[in-house]
Amino acid sequence: MAVVAQPPLEKAVIKKVHRDSTFMRVSRYVLMRLLTLFVTVVIGIYLTILIANMGGYVDTIMRGEIRDRVTGSILGNAAFLKMAPDVRQKLIDERIAAEEERVGLNVPIAIRNFRYLSSALTLQLGRAINMTSDSGSKQVRLILLERLPATLLLMGISQLFLFFSSVLLALNLSRRYGNFWDKLVITLSPTSAVPPWFYGIFLILIFAALFKVFPFGGMVDSPPPSNPIDYSLSLLKHLTLPALSLVLSSFFLSIYNYRTFFLIYSSEDYVEMAKAKGLPSRDVEQRYILRPTLPNIITNFALLIITLWTGATITETVFLWPGLGRTLYQAIGLYDIPIIVGSTIIYAYLLAMTVFLLDFIYALVDPRVKVGGS
Amino acid sequence: MNALRNSFQKILYYPSALLGLLVVFLLVFTAMYAMIKIPYQEAIRLWRGGEEVWYQNPKFAPPAWINYFSSKKYAESFAVRTSDGTMTKEITPGAEGTATILGSYTFDFTYDYYPQDMILYLTSKYKEKQPFISAEWLTPDGRKIRIANMAISQKQTYRFSQDEKLKVRLRTDDVIHQLFSDPETNKLIKGKYQLLITGTTFETDSNIDVQFVLHGQVFGLAGTDQARRDLVVPLLWGAPVALAFGLIASLGTSVLTMVIAAVGTWYGGWVDELIQRITEINLVLPFLSILIMIGTFYSRSIWVILGATIALSIFTGAIKSYRSIFVQVKESMYIEAARAYGASSPRIVFLYLIPRMIPLLIPGLVSSVPAFVFLEASLAVLGLGDPVLPTWGKIIQDANSNGALYRGYYYWILEPATLLMITGLGFAMLGFALDRIFNPKLRDI
Repeated sequence: MAVVAQPPLEKAVIKKVHRDSTFMRVSRYVLMRLLTLFVTVVIGIYLTILIANMGGYVDTIMRGEIRDRVTGSILGNAAFLKMAPDVRQKLIDERIAAEEERVGLNVPIAIRNFRYLSSALTLQLGRAINMTSDSGSKQVRLILLERLPATLLLMGISQLFLFFSSVLLALNLSRRYGNFWDKLVITLSPTSAVPPWFYGIFLILIFAALFKVFPFGGMVDSPPPSNPIDYSLSLLKHLTLPALSLVLSSFFLSIYNYRTFFLIYSSEDYVEMAKAKGLPSRDVEQRYILRPTLPNIITNFALLIITLWTGATITETVFLWPGLGRTLYQAIGLYDIPIIVGSTIIYAYLLAMTVFLLDFIYALVDPRVKVGGS
Repeated sequence: MNALRNSFQKILYYPSALLGLLVVFLLVFTAMYAMIKIPYQEAIRLWRGGEEVWYQNPKFAPPAWINYFSSKKYAESFAVRTSDGTMTKEITPGAEGTATILGSYTFDFTYDYYPQDMILYLTSKYKEKQPFISAEWLTPDGRKIRIANMAISQKQTYRFSQDEKLKVRLRTDDVIHQLFSDPETNKLIKGKYQLLITGTTFETDSNIDVQFVLHGQVFGLAGTDQARRDLVVPLLWGAPVALAFGLIASLGTSVLTMVIAAVGTWYGGWVDELIQRITEINLVLPFLSILIMIGTFYSRSIWVILGATIALSIFTGAIKSYRSIFVQVKESMYIEAARAYGASSPRIVFLYLIPRMIPLLIPGLVSSVPAFVFLEASLAVLGLGDPVLPTWGKIIQDANSNGALYRGYYYWILEPATLLMITGLGFAMLGFALDRIFNPKLRDI
């Protein structure tokens, strides 16, 4: 029995060793990568907190706010009105001290920064100082979550359109480069030196102020239509100009870049070979040009996804679009540090996650790349 | 060096590069003109100046040249005074040290829109007894309207539109409208108007000087903003500021990036490793948010922002692409030769590695200028512009916060925006062409 049982066992062991090595390699790689990225994120967020709180500005603001609140609540309370002024002042001072201790303002700044760091890393973004969400909450997390859909809508539509249209158009152009449209794109590509909010101002001027076709800004009509169809139409009307300005500002450069990129790849020998074999141009494009350029295209796509999250601060501000970017702008105006730091943290996390995922996607689409291989 | 010169000669074959070059030269010229015409201190004084500097100008006035494009003409502003003879002044001595002073100004009003306001700035010299003046308004159709009679102090301002007595006397709320209209048809009358001021002084040394300011609907070459400031000043001064910011930032960033990449590649080991790690951390930091935080919490000075911009832009993706090229260059024969004859490491880095990369540096440097110019404008639009310096971005911010687009003051946004656009496009076109010249991969494509 033992003799019979032996061979399959051995086979299994061999197989297992083989599978283990790949698994080990990948998992070791994943662990190392996660660790370095985590350290990167920690340092990045710590730097952000340091910048936000280095001169103790945040503390000054928090102290002032506590003083205002406590003094106001005691002076406004009829029960304390009959007290002698000095006794009342003592009570106010005591309450302020207690409140500062509760918030943690009495510990040294270095320790406090680490405290901020640990709560930031666990995504406890704290409470906003001045801003509230539309539902009335002061939780930074809720405020940011509430603004997220608006940003995702605007950025999603514009960036996805931009990405797909420019890749497709670039493929088309690279097939017959040197023609009129190709030259037009080359000539117009410097227009992307101008940021989207700038086009936004011109678009507002032309379509909102002069022709009065589209609204100046905002997300829906006021009051918002109750009918879902009217609502989405109104949304679409408000979305057009900001989305257009976002697309316009990188459209030609994006096409130009992809086109140049495709052209460099389509002058490779194996592409010539494929053409010489008489493969249909569709196959040549898909298998011989698009495939090797896929990693780069995916990188661009991933970076695009990151911009989706952060929004476009100034474009949203110019169009009064109630997204994350405009929230950041409002937070700056109100010195609302928790919100500024909070959005920074989320950005850092998302970026690290994207970088991490990219490594694996590369391995999937590019046979030359091996995860964890040296 | 010869190769470099040859490459630059190729610029002549690219029309867009020539156009870009022209724009850059024009900008440099404008910047120099601005700095010579309006010295720094003067520019700051004008830009930060309030009513006392700009009282002669109307508010929110478009530039005067829009009259060329409009069939209906907007009133132009003017300011005349007796002290420099632009307004006539006659003194007739009377008995016992008194004197009668007659000041008058006649002007041809040929516009189709009413002016914004008219103001008299009266200054007088006296010891005890205040001089007395009366002002009269003569219309082209021969009417004589009594404006005001008053005793004046040493410095006095009289605004036509805010005189309640005059409003009652003319039975109107809009004095300016009434003064320039036919009382029956209520339409504007074109022709010669005259302001007549009769003053009486009661002391021998007493004197009166008058300045008459008419705030029209248009002003000067560039118009004015909410604080009556002539926009020519910030528009002109925006050029050196934008150029300085853009060029210093892009030069600093690209040179430092290149040096750091070269040092890292050459020395390798932990130096290289450190640079790579810093690059990764920098990638996670949100660039704009950090600049915004620095602007909000520390300083809005353009130089602080510039320093932060450079510091944050060094360790970016560019360092990786430079590194990958340096890795190849490091292995080439001439480096081997230099090492063989005993060249020191700094010598190899600065005299052998880096000069080799200059052709790659130049196009990148030029193309990154617009991004920095617009970065400054973006920060200004967010309200984080330099508090002292006049810049194009600050004009846009002022315009935006005063609702220029809603209220139809298009000139206010269009002027700085056009200049920014021209600057950005000029550098971008030049950079694009240089990229095609210096980058052999792109040459035939």
